[in-house]
Amino acid sequence: MGAKAITVTSGKGGVGKTTTTANLGVALARLNKRAVLIDADIGLRNLDVILGLENRIVYDLVDVVESRCKLRQAMIRHKQFTDLYLIPAAQTRDKTAVSPSDMVEVVNKLRQDFDFILIDSPAGIERGFRNAVAPADEIMVITNPEVSAVRDADRIIGLIEAERKGPAQLVINRVKPEMIRRGDMLSADDVTDILAIRLLGIVPEDEMVIPAANSGVPVTLNDSSRAGTAFRNIARRLAGEKVDFMQLEPPLGAFRRFVQMLLSGRQ
Amino acid sequence: MAGFWDRILGRTRTAGSAETAKERLQFVLLHDRISLPPERLKMMKEEIIAVISKYVAVTGSDVDIALKQRDRHSNMLIAEIPFLKGIQPPRQDTVDDEIPLLTHEQDGDVNLSEVHDTRADSLNSELPPEATSSNKDQDLDRASEDGMSD
Repeated sequence: MGAKAITVTSGKGGVGKTTTTANLGVALARLNKRAVLIDADIGLRNLDVILGLENRIVYDLVDVVESRCKLRQAMIRHKQFTDLYLIPAAQTRDKTAVSPSDMVEVVNKLRQDFDFILIDSPAGIERGFRNAVAPADEIMVITNPEVSAVRDADRIIGLIEAERKGPAQLVINRVKPEMIRRGDMLSADDVTDILAIRLLGIVPEDEMVIPAANSGVPVTLNDSSRAGTAFRNIARRLAGEKVDFMQLEPPLGAFRRFVQMLLSGRQ
Repeated sequence: MAGFWDRILGRTRTAGSAETAKERLQFVLLHDRISLPPERLKMMKEEIIAVISKYVAVTGSDVDIALKQRDRHSNMLIAEIPFLKGIQPPRQDTVDDEIPLLTHEQDGDVNLSEVHDTRADSLNSELPPEATSSNKDQDLDRASEDGMSD
């Protein structure tokens, strides 16, 4: 049974594609799934840093495509998980070094040895995006509950359908429940209504993401992190488990719980 | 009283900027998806009113032509075009036959049939099969038989 290849994309930059890819990779490894992560952002290498593997890079994706090394040589094994690998991006300026068919070929070679192949797409809608989606079996669109991110996500969803890789699934990242309650942030329902694709996960804004990136230890390894828990839940859903969405509302105080109990009795 | 408790429990969503964001997004995405920016829609609306005005008198200010979305793939144009009350514009017999239910005493609303968002559809509906023939004169004769404007 071959691997499932999932491309993580967004349209807009900075919404959390790399963070999501890294954390899902680690979360899947914790579920004993074999995973390989591919950084498809040529020229702007990032996935290695988030995973803490930046000083282990010898070869990269472009070296593989241009046959300067074997595929295995470019695969960096994670320190902690023996079945988690990274193929880093090149830091060249030539974005045409890789073509969509190159990507398909690389991914096909990986299929038999892994359960999941996660491809971290660059931002934008040009060649980097097309390279990243070419080998995908499924596409995960990351967005933030914010107007420009949602608009770009919509555009990318349209392009995904045009490439016949739809329907995509949605992850809403950096959600702030308190702001939603105040009416100052789009809710998950709002975003899902607008984009009209299936919701795969909701990840709350979590300060712990930054120190995690600082130390190169993905936040999902921190069991007390809410974002980490959300990533773990998404990984479980990818693995076929049915997982309820996290209760993101701030927990009610005792008085409010009492009142809510009274009210539900009346209803 | 229910409103008070709802607020305590944080159930009401106050009319904050999120409502505005949702409305603005729905508006802009509709135009994005069918590549019809609001300015072009405005031009199209003016041309539609001009064409209809050749046949019946309409009030430009009461006309509402807007994009509506059913889901990602089903977008349509909905038009409400009230006719002027009490004024009987000069009409030919053929036009009377086409709008049998309207008299000069009533306001009439006309809903344009759905205009689908794929360009191919709209092109197909505009060109009758005969238009592809090479004989131009024949085309003009056929066009006037079909009641199309020149």
